Amino acid sequence: MDILNMTALEIGSAIKEGKITSVEATKAVLEAAKSVDEAINAYITICSAEALAKAAEADKKIAAGELKGPLAGVPIAIKDNICTKGVKTTCASKILGDFAPVYNATVVEKLEAEGAVVVGKLNMDEFAMGSTSETSYYGATKNPWDTNKVPGGSSGGAAAAVAAKEAICSLGSDTGGSIRQPAAYCGVTGFKPTYGTVSRFGLIAYASSLDQIGPVAKDVADCAAIMDVIKGKDSYDGTSLDVEYPEYLKSLNGDVKGLKIGLPTECFKTDGLDPEVSEKVKAVADTLKAMGAEVEEVSLPFLDYVIPAYYIIAAAEASSNLSRFDGVKYGFRAADYDGLVDLYNATRSEGFGNEVKKRILLGTFVLSSGYYDAYYRKALKVKAVIKQKFDEIFSKFDCIICPVAPSTAPLIGKSLADPLKMYLSDIFTVSVNIAGLPGLSVPCGFDKSGMPIGAQIIGATLSDAKVLNIGYAYQQSTEFHKSFPEVK
Amino acid sequence: MLITKELVEYVAELSRIKLDEQSAEKMEKELGAIVEYMEVLNKLDTDGVEPLSHVFNITNVMREDEVKESYDRADILKNAPERTDETFVVPKTVE
Amino acid sequence: MEWEIVMGLEVHVELATKTKIFCSCTTEFGGAPNTHCCPVCTGMPGTLPVLNKKVLEYAVKAGLALNCDITRYNKFDRKNYFYPDLPKAYQISQLYLPFARDGHVDLITRSGKEKTVRIHEIHMEEDAGKLIHSAFGDATFPDYNRCGVPLIEIVSEPDFRTSEEVIAYLEKLKTTFEYLGISDCKMQEGSMRADVNLSVRPKGSEEFGTRTEMKNINSFKAIERAIAFESARQIEAIEKGEKIVQETRRWDDNKGKTFAMRSKENAQDYRYFPEPDIPPISIEESTIAEYTAAMPEFAGEKVVRYGEEFGIAKADAEIIAGSKYLAKLFEETVAICNNPKEVRYWIMMQIMYFMNERGVAPEDIKLDPKKFAQFVNIVAADRINKQTGKTVFEAMFFGDDSFDVEAYIKENGLEQVDDSEAIREAVKAIFALNPATVEQYKAGQTKVVGFFVGQVMREMRGKAKPDTVNKVVAEELSKL
Repeated sequence: MDILNMTALEIGSAIKEGKITSVEATKAVLEAAKSVDEAINAYITICSAEALAKAAEADKKIAAGELKGPLAGVPIAIKDNICTKGVKTTCASKILGDFAPVYNATVVEKLEAEGAVVVGKLNMDEFAMGSTSETSYYGATKNPWDTNKVPGGSSGGAAAAVAAKEAICSLGSDTGGSIRQPAAYCGVTGFKPTYGTVSRFGLIAYASSLDQIGPVAKDVADCAAIMDVIKGKDSYDGTSLDVEYPEYLKSLNGDVKGLKIGLPTECFKTDGLDPEVSEKVKAVADTLKAMGAEVEEVSLPFLDYVIPAYYIIAAAEASSNLSRFDGVKYGFRAADYDGLVDLYNATRSEGFGNEVKKRILLGTFVLSSGYYDAYYRKALKVKAVIKQKFDEIFSKFDCIICPVAPSTAPLIGKSLADPLKMYLSDIFTVSVNIAGLPGLSVPCGFDKSGMPIGAQIIGATLSDAKVLNIGYAYQQSTEFHKSFPEVK
Repeated sequence: MLITKELVEYVAELSRIKLDEQSAEKMEKELGAIVEYMEVLNKLDTDGVEPLSHVFNITNVMREDEVKESYDRADILKNAPERTDETFVVPKTVE
Repeated sequence: MEWEIVMGLEVHVELATKTKIFCSCTTEFGGAPNTHCCPVCTGMPGTLPVLNKKVLEYAVKAGLALNCDITRYNKFDRKNYFYPDLPKAYQISQLYLPFARDGHVDLITRSGKEKTVRIHEIHMEEDAGKLIHSAFGDATFPDYNRCGVPLIEIVSEPDFRTSEEVIAYLEKLKTTFEYLGISDCKMQEGSMRADVNLSVRPKGSEEFGTRTEMKNINSFKAIERAIAFESARQIEAIEKGEKIVQETRRWDDNKGKTFAMRSKENAQDYRYFPEPDIPPISIEESTIAEYTAAMPEFAGEKVVRYGEEFGIAKADAEIIAGSKYLAKLFEETVAICNNPKEVRYWIMMQIMYFMNERGVAPEDIKLDPKKFAQFVNIVAADRINKQTGKTVFEAMFFGDDSFDVEAYIKENGLEQVDDSEAIREAVKAIFALNPATVEQYKAGQTKVVGFFVGQVMREMRGKAKPDTVNKVVAEELSKL
């Protein structure tokens, strides 16, 4: 069987039906990684031995009927900011050194309990700060559609690995678009759940109030199956939501009849929006309309304010979250220092990359005495306004559809040269994090150069099942998600 | 210009990050551009709006006061770049 | 010029919960370094805090007992600074919305002065770790056992004028929290720590002087000395025309001086912001009503009741009620033997003696009220006299669980002899041994009666009932 071309759910079924084993599936992925990852650099760590042992264990348990879930025995790769016990977890930063956590993130515990097999740790922008996966201490990840281009970020490894078929599916994290945007750039499906739906325990924090773990996969059904495993209240995460969660996979029925879809006027008028992107994303609405949904324009009057509000909040929290990396308890410590303060200064100056330093400084600035009210407090007020407007919109609409990014993947090196422009390219994704909403990125076509375009489906708080179902309906009648690049 | 050389030096010091002259200059320029761009927020009237720190209105997420076994000390210390069998090690904090 | 000292206190009190504020590690004092630790309290990447219910309960009770307004909707904030005792490099505390505000404490100082001290606010926070410094070499060894132990910080208004007021305030906090059962407030173990903000100004002036903050004071005695030193230092400096620098000063108990702490490399800018990992706290009216209704009887109320109900003098009642443990022993013993005067006598005479002279701490008293009551009944029934009673009480007080009052008296033959004939024999024997003294009596020197009584008591090895001895000696003397 052509394991690498199968979805996670197809592999899960084939294993249960005895057509393949988990060990075979895991081997196929490990071998694919060996052959293509030199070109892509999606992985920081590949855990061949551990994965094969876990796969053999899964095969035994499946045979014994102890593991019955749809993902039992299925290989999965994990972004390298999610803690894996005993396996190096780096956040793609020098400062974490050979840090090997002494505990598993809740999502890893849940996946392993389900029998999914962790095959490796995925490359990313350092500390998830970036939109290109170029800031990794372990080298940039390449876009499998064109290795001169970026895969997006920060979960670039998660998206590129799936697109290059060196992973069946993966977990990423999304603070301002970090799952959705690389999914769009790489032509795969990525989902950022409602804040609090997936436990953050074990996710090395970038911006605590915005971070959320989510799946990247070949299609919506795989994302829903992964969500079913990782969702739920966790007693180790005070912000995880204690609600009744739906069965996401089971609730996919492809029915969008009567659903009200909004097309945000301001999004499609944004400066720098590639007309090809605009056209293909609008076509998604047309497809859904043809399936029985109602489409209407809607106003997102706050679009100008989302980028500053996002960068203030994210940088502020990051400046605090990253203070613990000081060369004392774990990770890298500078070789030469004179006294305590210099130990901190030297370790952090040598250990963090430039983008991370810049965001730490920005965050420190917006929280510092005399500037807090004008920046941080103001941003929290803007957040309140954004949240309220979204609540109004979703009292009338089932979802809104807009681009994920203004253009397709840029060339490597181009984005970092103009940092402000890079920040601005997050315009369609960050408000979802600010308001804690679910957002799905689905492939919806290609530009003239053959690079994939993604459309974003955004829903109300806790309407994750509905958002997934709309994406599922779209994929039922389109083939874009079934296209994969030839990696050269 | 709001972001000055002195301000960059001040926040760098607070952040325990050392910048050489060249990167301090670059930082000043880049932060300056971002902060200038952020001025757009002043166009949005937020008078009377309460700052929203936690996006969902949930409160009182707490745990019971029940002791669980602590971790092995070896595990707590194992990732430390410098350690003894019992503790972490830092340069002396008192004279 | 006459000067006035102005002080405000910041008191940190460790809450007596079983587990830490944000993780399930034990709060037990001591333990080998870094053995009461987990990924959460050592700030490992990816970990998150989850608030301990009991911390909130104890904190709110403390706020109510100190007459504060409880902030119905309060939040945690992060206070950011780098130091090796703080593994996350931020302390989770409360700045913008502390859980309690605007309270007050009524005090009576040792010299009987009444005073009300206003409480500005109380907030919850986590303790930091301990730094062990190497004696040789240039290393410091962080121990994170104390990281995450729950604290409340009680911030007073600058209402103190004398160290006597400061001590009365700290004592009041200690007994109040003891009665609430929320802290043991041991200054020596660091479960109660006071920072004193002190300034001086010419008497009569309304303006505040520049203040210094004194840290590291860990006994009541040290507080008195530190206040005396620092106020004198400031007055002397001002009189010399120097300016007081607003700074933090460390009290050195051995040298009896305060020292300016090495000024940090930069100004403190803690960059507080709302803790995103902990959802806000809302406190229901019903919770406040429940806690208010369940408030224990505090020392002041007990003093009044002991007077009215048991006729205990105020000074004694204040001492007994000044410790939850003494008050409990007193009340439970009285409930059994119904003899408050006698119970008071033994507490004031013997237990206070053990506390003052032998360093017994009230919380370490193990005396079983049942045994104490039994003992009181034996004394009240005149079966042993007061002198012998001291011996028995001491044996009982320091004895273990198996100590049996009756058995002890019996085994040691301590029961009082009330046998007039036996005593009469002894009296006769004493007379016979001391003919000269008998002659003195006959000559009208009545003060020798005491001598005979004493000799008889000695002869009877202290067990004779003093009243009977007096009676028989008088009878026999009258026969001479």
